[in-house]
Amino acid sequence: MIEVQALSKYYGNHVAVSSVDFVIERGEIVGLLGLNGAGKSTVLKILGAFLVPSSGVATVAGFSVEDQPHKVRSAIGFLPDSPPLYKEMTVSSYLRFIVGLKKGRLSRQELANHIDEALTRTNLNEQRDRPLGELSHGFAQRVGIAQAIIHKPPVLILDEPINGLDPVQIVEMRDLILSFRDQHTVILSSHILSEITRTCDRIMIIDDGKLVAQGREQDLAQSHSQTVSIVAEVEQEASNLCRSIDKLASVTSVNQQQTSSKTFQITIEATSDIRPQFAKLAVHYRLLSLRKESVGLESLFMKLVAGNE
Amino acid sequence: MTGISLIIKRELQTFFGTWMGYIIAAATLIIDGLLFNAFAVGNTPRYSAEVLANFFYFSSGVTMVASLFLAIRLIAEEKQTGTIVLFFTSPLSERQLVYGKFLSAFIFLTVIHLLSLYMPILILLNGKISLGHLVSGYLALSLIGGATLAMSLFCSTIASNNLIAGISAATLLVVMLVLWIVAKVVEQPFSELFLFLAIHNDHFTSFARGLVHSKHIIYYLSVMVFFLECTVRILQARRWQG
Repeated sequence: MIEVQALSKYYGNHVAVSSVDFVIERGEIVGLLGLNGAGKSTVLKILGAFLVPSSGVATVAGFSVEDQPHKVRSAIGFLPDSPPLYKEMTVSSYLRFIVGLKKGRLSRQELANHIDEALTRTNLNEQRDRPLGELSHGFAQRVGIAQAIIHKPPVLILDEPINGLDPVQIVEMRDLILSFRDQHTVILSSHILSEITRTCDRIMIIDDGKLVAQGREQDLAQSHSQTVSIVAEVEQEASNLCRSIDKLASVTSVNQQQTSSKTFQITIEATSDIRPQFAKLAVHYRLLSLRKESVGLESLFMKLVAGNE
Repeated sequence: MTGISLIIKRELQTFFGTWMGYIIAAATLIIDGLLFNAFAVGNTPRYSAEVLANFFYFSSGVTMVASLFLAIRLIAEEKQTGTIVLFFTSPLSERQLVYGKFLSAFIFLTVIHLLSLYMPILILLNGKISLGHLVSGYLALSLIGGATLAMSLFCSTIASNNLIAGISAATLLVVMLVLWIVAKVVEQPFSELFLFLAIHNDHFTSFARGLVHSKHIIYYLSVMVFFLECTVRILQARRWQG
């Protein structure tokens, strides 16, 4: 649905996006993660045919953003980082204007259907006659989403959709975005790591204009981690066991928990397997539990991005 | 055409739905009325045609200022509030956007002109004027207003906010106005060129006296098309610059 090859964008001498490649399949929700100024918004603006790339190719719904911008614009719904609203208009009159911009002339019935559906999907029916200038930030963001989906585009481009929302609004927005899965392909940007992991099927991490990693969270963690942590709990005091494990070749560290001498964390090289040796050593300690510590997106992000800071 | 009519409709809703439109219209009509009473009619007896010519002369200045205020916000405000994104991500061409914005302001300006008709009607009731003179004068007001709208819309596009748009539009307008003075102090062929380019003096006065020359109509239409097309090009270039 979205294909990007060797995409670059320069602002004068400044490189905003450098040779970015990715593909997004139909129905996917993909998150573009990066620090402020990393190039997320520039990528989204290029996909929205808002900007022309300096080099490279980008196609959305089969149309080139450079050569067929009007077809791309018909195929997308775009929400910029702050919702583009006319404060003096009411919610319904604003949506009527937007659907006219996107779809051209429609019959009265078609117009009403589009507006009603967008209002229902974004849960804005009770706000339809309120002026946009009187809406809270959460409702304004919903109207921004409503204007993006009103013409039922196959692709949604959402720039920081959860920016500035309170916790309740964030949960509502997350559910709303997840509900788009059946009808739209979604690419969204954010710098809120926890939300990206909860909302998106796939993550792309962009840093200094370059795509430094992409994939599912677990796959990224696995492919970018050089060590694995395992937490073990045994029935007896484990100081001797820890010392024995620490002597194994591929073990980098063993740390007993301060609160319980029976629980300890083993860090090993990601490519190694110490299960046979561990089983042998732990046999007299009655193993109660053994779990692999997952590498969080936060630590992965810090690892990929902080290294370049 | 649907795109243009949609833009016109929305802008007219803004002009008629907010205080801004009413304030500009009211200010224009009040100043027009004062100038009409104080200078066009005056204290000394005058021929009706002279009063009408004076009315159009003073009204042209007010029309230019009103046009400037009507047009400076048209694009600059969209940029300032971020709503310009709606147009850049919808299948609407830059030309549709620019001509829609221009026509909306032109329609509103025409409404203001229609509301000023009571002054020529007063002359008609108390004196004798030709309908041709009246039509010629209002045609001139529409043309000079349209040219100012196009220039101000151009400035609105290159500026990042309403204030800068206003300052740059006012500067451009003053330059276009005083070119006839500059023409007096420079050598040929520049004097002739500057006299031709000056927006008011040579081109407007004959209309105010009831004389319609096609060369003046073509001049004003050329100014409009030139600045509107420059505006379109600037918006198109924005996609490449970012």
